[in-house]
Amino acid sequence: MRRHGDVSAAGVTSTAEPVIRGRDLVVRRSGHAILDCLTFGIVRGQVTGLLGPSGCGKTTLLRTLVGVQQIAAGEVSLLGLPAGHPELRARVGYATQDPAVYTDLTLTENLRYFGTVLGLRGKRLTEAAARTIADLGLAGLEGRVTGTFSGGQLARVGLAVALLGTPDVLVLDEPTVGLDPVLRRDLWRMFHRLAGMGATLLVSSHVMDEAARCDRLLFMRQGRFLAEATPRQILARTGAGDLEEAFLRLATRRDEAPFTGDEQ
Amino acid sequence: MSMTTLARTAPAAPAGHARLASWTLTLATARRVLAQLRHDPRTVVMMLGVPAMMMILLRYVLNNPLELDRFAPVYIGVFPFVVMFMVAAITTQRERGRGTLERLMAMPLGKLDLLAGYGIAFGLVACLQVTVVVVISLTWLGVTLPGSAVPMAVVAVLDAILGMAIGLFASAFARSEFQAVQFMPALVLPQALLCGLVVSRAHMTPFLSWLSDVLPLSYAVDAMQRISGSAAWTSAITADVAVILAFTAAALVGGAFTLRRRVR
Repeated sequence: MRRHGDVSAAGVTSTAEPVIRGRDLVVRRSGHAILDCLTFGIVRGQVTGLLGPSGCGKTTLLRTLVGVQQIAAGEVSLLGLPAGHPELRARVGYATQDPAVYTDLTLTENLRYFGTVLGLRGKRLTEAAARTIADLGLAGLEGRVTGTFSGGQLARVGLAVALLGTPDVLVLDEPTVGLDPVLRRDLWRMFHRLAGMGATLLVSSHVMDEAARCDRLLFMRQGRFLAEATPRQILARTGAGDLEEAFLRLATRRDEAPFTGDEQ
Repeated sequence: MSMTTLARTAPAAPAGHARLASWTLTLATARRVLAQLRHDPRTVVMMLGVPAMMMILLRYVLNNPLELDRFAPVYIGVFPFVVMFMVAAITTQRERGRGTLERLMAMPLGKLDLLAGYGIAFGLVACLQVTVVVVISLTWLGVTLPGSAVPMAVVAVLDAILGMAIGLFASAFARSEFQAVQFMPALVLPQALLCGLVVSRAHMTPFLSWLSDVLPLSYAVDAMQRISGSAAWTSAITADVAVILAFTAAALVGGAFTLRRRVR
């Protein structure tokens, strides 16, 4: 069975070696470049934040990684396989911005269906459903139709589906929007715990105060990267007091090349 | 939030290499669609009740046992077709619009698993629907057939499945649920006019007669007219049924082609 062992055998042993790679990636929609020649590497065991204003191409980039977006040029690979490869479909967890669950099914029915699609059966399916319900603080809502949930609860159902199959790579599109601060803190703790166990997380957000919670950042604006570095490196480079200010300074400078932090 | 059970062990699914379809996933999808219907009793009541209601109306509008015997089988073939067309078109459009289709396409689910799952679920509903309308027609409304009711019921179920398949295919061309609803008058009503229900196909101008020949509902009506006219199953009925099955298969294959994993 393919697993981390195979990945190590292929040469990905250090955490600095990217698990997600993009090279000269271009996505166009009606002639307009949504992603404009992006090159990047996202390493294992870290939470990488994809930060930028809404409309800058974050969602398109994430959709490209999970293989549901056509690309015009360039290459994207995850775990050594091209994005969208059938073998990746059970190993990459994806939570869209809108919950994308069946609002006319109960929480348990949703988790059991998506879990079955992910290949979980019997006891493992039941355990995975129970685990994600506990992890996302959804206990007590199992038998309720998700259409009756609050926005925050529904968002967590979407996240629960992404976490069901214990994926190697988690691609989360604005997972904490509209959530209560306590819950948001708990979710970020969980993201780091998953990263600590060897998962690779890419989390998008348009809220700069989430940037400081990430191990590494991709700053994005108008389909291009402004920076690919740790929060500390970005602050040091720009001399800004906070990441919001740093983003502004990077967005208004003249040189075209993105700022890339040194590999640690 | 407990993460203790989250052990990063074996993959959730066996490598999702290309395979045509999986019975487990097809049946899981059928179960999911039926569960969605179970949570929506009003829709179920309408799906089962509307064709029966129309038959009862037809009985009292015609108010002539001989004419009813002639027309009832034709209507029994047409109503389930219309209802299933609408239900399938809108359900699939909803699946696209709410992002669950994109989520499934990023997961190890085959397109045929999804289509066959829908086919089984709606096929079962079609059986129920036809049973209700046939039982009411033969008992309460006093419709008499030259032979057994089984051929009529079988053709009616095939018509319903044909309606579902065309609805699934048509939904690919709808950008919204509103457009999907418009497909009913756009695609179904012309067929209802041309299928021989209103004017005998023999009395149409050559162009209209040709148009009638290439539309699937014409064969559904033709089969029902033959069934109401003879006690035995004839080769002409077999030919009609073959055409109905061919249209169904073509619509399902077309539906599979329009379900895209990657979109622009």
